[in-house]
Amino acid sequence: MKKYIVLLFISLFGFAQQTPAPKQTKSILILGAKAHLGNGKVIENSMISIVDGKIAAIGDATIMKPGKHDIWIDASGKHVYPGFIAPNSTLGLVEIDAVRASDDESEIGEFNPHVRSIIAYNSESKLVETTRPNGVLLAQITPRGGRIPGTSSIVQLDAWTWEDATIKENDGIHLNWPRSYSRAGWWAEPGGIEMNKNYDPQVKAIQEYFDNAFAYLGSKNSKKDIPYEAMKGLQSGEKTLFINANGEKEIIDAVLFKKKNDIKKMVIVGGFYAFKVAPLLKENNVAVLLNRVHSLPLLEDQDVNLPYKNAKLLVDAGVLVGLQNAGDMERMQTRNLPFYAGTCAAWGLNKEQALQLITGNSAKILGIDNMYGTLESGKSATLFISEGDALDMKTNVISLAFIDGRQISLDSHHTELYQRYKGKFEQQKK
Amino acid sequence: MRYFSLVMVFFLSLTTQAQEYFPKNDGVKQSFKNFTAIQNATIYVSATQKIENATLLIKENKIIDVGTSVNIPKGAQIIDAKGKTIYPSFVELYSEFGINKPTPRPSGNFTPQYESSREGYYWNDHVKPEYNAYENLSYDTKAAGSLREAGFGTVLSHHSDGVIAGTGLLWTLNDFGSNADRMLKDKVSQHFTFNRSRFTKQTYPSSLMGSMALIRQVYHDAKWYGQGNASNKDLSLEAFNTNKNLIQIFNAGDKLNALRAAKIGNEFGVKYLIKGSGNEFESINEIKKTGATFIIPLNFPDAYDVSDPYLAQQVSLSDMKFWNQAPFNLKILAENNVPFVLSTADLKETKSFLSNLRKAVTYGLPKDKALLALTETPAKLVNQFDKVGSIAKGKLANFIIVSGDIFEDKSNILENWVQGNRNIIDKINPTDIRGTYDLTFDNHKFELKIEGETSKFEAKAVKDSVNFGTKIQFNDPWVNLVIKNQDTTKANFVRLSGTFVKDMMQGKAVLENGNETTWTATKRTTEVKEDKKKDDKKDEPKVPSMYAVTFPNISFGTAEKPKQETILIKNTTVWTGEKDGILKETDVLIQNGKIARIGKNLPSTGAKVVDGTGKHLTAGIIDEHSHIAISNGVNEGGQNSSAEVTIEDVVNSDDINIYRNLAGGVTSANLLHGSANPIGGRAAFIKLKWGYSPDEMLVNDAPKYIKFALGENVKQSNWGDFSRNRFPQSRMGVEQVYEDYFTRAIEYKNEWDAYKSGKGKNKVMPRFDIELEVIGEILAKKRFITCHSYVQSEINMLMKLAERYNFKIQTFTHILEGYKLADKMSAHGVAGSTFADWWAYKYEVNDAIPYNAAIMMNEGVQVSINSDDAEMSRRLNQEAAKTVKYGNVTEEEAWNFVTLNPAKILQVDNKVGSIKVGKDADVVLWSDSPLSIYTRAEKTLVDGIIFYDLEKEAETLALIQKERAELINLMLDAKNKGMKTQLPKKKENGHYHCDTLGEYCKESHYKYN
Repeated sequence: MKKYIVLLFISLFGFAQQTPAPKQTKSILILGAKAHLGNGKVIENSMISIVDGKIAAIGDATIMKPGKHDIWIDASGKHVYPGFIAPNSTLGLVEIDAVRASDDESEIGEFNPHVRSIIAYNSESKLVETTRPNGVLLAQITPRGGRIPGTSSIVQLDAWTWEDATIKENDGIHLNWPRSYSRAGWWAEPGGIEMNKNYDPQVKAIQEYFDNAFAYLGSKNSKKDIPYEAMKGLQSGEKTLFINANGEKEIIDAVLFKKKNDIKKMVIVGGFYAFKVAPLLKENNVAVLLNRVHSLPLLEDQDVNLPYKNAKLLVDAGVLVGLQNAGDMERMQTRNLPFYAGTCAAWGLNKEQALQLITGNSAKILGIDNMYGTLESGKSATLFISEGDALDMKTNVISLAFIDGRQISLDSHHTELYQRYKGKFEQQKK
Repeated sequence: MRYFSLVMVFFLSLTTQAQEYFPKNDGVKQSFKNFTAIQNATIYVSATQKIENATLLIKENKIIDVGTSVNIPKGAQIIDAKGKTIYPSFVELYSEFGINKPTPRPSGNFTPQYESSREGYYWNDHVKPEYNAYENLSYDTKAAGSLREAGFGTVLSHHSDGVIAGTGLLWTLNDFGSNADRMLKDKVSQHFTFNRSRFTKQTYPSSLMGSMALIRQVYHDAKWYGQGNASNKDLSLEAFNTNKNLIQIFNAGDKLNALRAAKIGNEFGVKYLIKGSGNEFESINEIKKTGATFIIPLNFPDAYDVSDPYLAQQVSLSDMKFWNQAPFNLKILAENNVPFVLSTADLKETKSFLSNLRKAVTYGLPKDKALLALTETPAKLVNQFDKVGSIAKGKLANFIIVSGDIFEDKSNILENWVQGNRNIIDKINPTDIRGTYDLTFDNHKFELKIEGETSKFEAKAVKDSVNFGTKIQFNDPWVNLVIKNQDTTKANFVRLSGTFVKDMMQGKAVLENGNETTWTATKRTTEVKEDKKKDDKKDEPKVPSMYAVTFPNISFGTAEKPKQETILIKNTTVWTGEKDGILKETDVLIQNGKIARIGKNLPSTGAKVVDGTGKHLTAGIIDEHSHIAISNGVNEGGQNSSAEVTIEDVVNSDDINIYRNLAGGVTSANLLHGSANPIGGRAAFIKLKWGYSPDEMLVNDAPKYIKFALGENVKQSNWGDFSRNRFPQSRMGVEQVYEDYFTRAIEYKNEWDAYKSGKGKNKVMPRFDIELEVIGEILAKKRFITCHSYVQSEINMLMKLAERYNFKIQTFTHILEGYKLADKMSAHGVAGSTFADWWAYKYEVNDAIPYNAAIMMNEGVQVSINSDDAEMSRRLNQEAAKTVKYGNVTEEEAWNFVTLNPAKILQVDNKVGSIKVGKDADVVLWSDSPLSIYTRAEKTLVDGIIFYDLEKEAETLALIQKERAELINLMLDAKNKGMKTQLPKKKENGHYHCDTLGEYCKESHYKYN
């Protein structure tokens, strides 16, 4: 029996957070949409079957025959995308930048691998719900500050608690690589750029820390060392090492560090100058989570559009690239993630390559590609339907979104206020 | 000078300096003063007149006569200066030499100080015209020596501290006298700077524009005070009025600051002597137009040490080019007849002055102009040409004796005479004892060879082809020799001491065993041949070619100032922004900077044709809220109102963000003061004419605006707990600040009206108050408010307040809760200029929603989308497109949010904002729909001039790379040659936001906008 559902928006008045969707018990068929798979491929007229929260089948609707489904969704003329992924994010760790009481993104101390972001992740943050209507459905919640800020975890963005949100706990350890040069003076009176005299000692300190941690992990110990304990998994590949570095020299040193320490999976976060050492990255299987695309060149002499072209330079060189958006107002900017990818497409990548930067590639980089990141059968039905091209602001209009097959609310603090005040003025005119 | 080791001092007339009428208790009075005649010299009596074979006759501190037929009195001391050149000694007009400067006391207290710490003086501690350098002297013989070695005899000293820094004195570098002798004039100059005093914490001024406003207000106040209108005592203003007749010296620095100083000068009829920085050549036309005389520090940048490629990358092309170009500055100033004097100011070491002077001359500064700039011009500027600046009868005996032409590298300054006192730097005719001698003592015969320089001899004693370690000291006529015993294991020496007279040395020898005997050394007649060929012309100085100055003189500047063209854009999609909507396959003709025709198949006669097929042509983006292109401070937060300051004073035409904005399709920007205080500063509306001067960018006939601000920033919520002493600290207080200022502005106007009408009791002229004048303009509806605002309560308050004062607010900017009271805004008639989707950065934006623009528009509010951010401003097309997503705004309306609507809000829509015949040709050609994420701005035109062309980017970047590579090679070469280098320095182009405080930008900005 074919049953077409009409999309229904339920506006919950009042100022509560959105209610997480219940487990999906019904099977769903999405028909006719242009499916952007997130792996570079497109199915112009697709058929997507969702059973038990997973993509049971996906294919060309002109060839495949639909089976029996509880819910049929006619999405012809529309687009389906895998849920976008926001790596290296502090969503849910800070609510309002200027309000210190709402800030839980960093700890004191230099080496804190044991500090876990996940337990501070506020699944009910108002910022979280504003990202979903733009297609961002997954995020890697990452601590900040110090040399090793701590351990991240990956969440889906529709949950009652952090526990429910977690899709991969303790996925990676984050490391802020020192800068090889430092600036004398202070921001008001900048002095010369000079070699960071402490660079070598700082790098050494990292090496020593890893040496000790691995020595600890490789031996029997009567006393438990909590931070070293947290370093477990870096050599086995269970955990990824995310190294924040932008300069050429720093990136080269980070790659050497990976090799020396047998780190199985290492990712460069930031990587402004990664394009200059792309062959080295490719050779060593090091992926890059690139700086926010919407940013200015670092130097006066640089190509005005270099930040827009950076992704293409790396992709062309065969490096696995994803986008992240750490920086000013990063939590509220999360919802602009699709437009960062769109801008990369404006400056050289094709649209499907650009899409990979926030879907398939990111899932690979984060190690969740077995379940997320692409529209492939067997993977989680974490996807959404957009009225148009979701990488373009004008047409990023999302009518339905699913996380693990659950149809989530696309309302937010913003849509509620919108309805409320639109209503106010309508009422006044009556 | 290069080899001098001793500075010898001749006590020629020790008693000269004791004042005649002073009592003498340490002996008897002596009054005989001898003449000194310096003969056979080449004398530059002035910069342009040279006398060969001349005699200079002096007595005491004066020149008695100079020329070729000077009568030399009997018994006069004679100095033979054959082959030497004598110049008038140099006059330095910009120095802090000999000023006793206390060390500023560091304060651990972070609480801002808003009030002055003084009583009886001006209200602002940074204004201190009452400071007199002559009362704070501490003559520094060491520094004086360095200055004399650089050729100076007379110095104007002052203390460069504070916006008005007090007076300077003119004195000589006379080590022999007291300050009574040295001082030529106790108060010769009054000094201005753009910088705060280091001795007070008073917050105001905290920006360049604040300093400028403060100086202006002082001029007004001083005039008013001088007319006797004040009821209080103000020692600062009294001093300022007294100092008016002195030479006014402005330490401006950078070329743009020089133009700013000149601008203030023009407003008050003052011709400043402007101290520049050495980059005047970059804006030579504007510099020339000021008509000012400049003090140019003879300071050139060292090459950067670029041996580390990662560090070298940080150095900007503009800084590298400046290294190449700076030595040509004086040549260019001279060619353009800009009057200047030269100074040691800003030099790390005074001793590099002469080598820099020679460098400037080698690079094309004519010698006579250099001499003028060091002697006559400065002397005349301080009205002391009767005493110094040339060599003439009756003038002070201040001159230098040089071994040759002072501009030649090999020349040394041998003597520097100050007020008749001889300071020997190098001997004029050093005794040359070099040669080979037969040395005999105690039956030993040695061959003694003396070599080396006349300032430092080296000796070698040889016996039977064996070298003996030998040390020599020569202090004419005394020779000391120490010869080491041949046996190297023993420390036995023969010491010889004797005198040198006519190629013969003799004296006493002390042998190893302590026995004394005599020794002689007779010079052999066969002389060593001099290797003359070596020096011949080999070291002719190479002058590198100068990298052409670009417009502006940084990366992406153009070789020629871009010019207007007649351009026909053919067959494109035109977003008119007018009722015609979007026209397909249409041509647009641009002529004389205007949009001349819109239509199909327009003739291309004479026009440059641009094929617009498949592309979109729109009006340029107008950013209603921008902080790019501003020099040294976007906020004057030193007080809760700063209506007296204006961004128009501080437009920075060299900001790379202008170019980056053009690359994003922005053609004009409203540069706003920040939001640090309820009444901020005045705004500047500019067109992004990259390569043009600040004045050319300003749109003079655009209506004038002022920034107001509400909420967290003005009540200093996020400034830390130590900032709790400025009113207002709550939204309640903000209203009262406005009540206060508007009330005062009304009363101020009434006072003036009454005074002008001549009626009533008001006979005393009211004080002219720039701040209240500006606020009065608002009340008179001649200036418009754009107000930083967030929450509905404060927005409502300001509208009601304005209504009480019978005017309307023109624009609320940010206005993130505008949607909550869009109806009231519409009724008031205020526009809303907002962000597309910003929120959550501070508490007051917790209810900010991206549907704001749509709701406001639907309620009839004029809406624009602005940036407040140098990054976002280059993507305002994307921000506009977001309103299509959030609130279903139509594409044409969305596009107008960044073009026609801001034009209307800024009341410049008669000129810009849409594509309409007769409007300015400020247009952008896009590769795609301007609202598409995939679009690129391909050409950006302002006033019919192409300022950005994507097609040419690759070429430009290749040129940047080429020039960088060339300059890096030149710098490496310089380093290899042993020239001094400096650490690579990254050019900091910070970005201002509403809350950026102080003069400088933070690199990592917190966007609490």
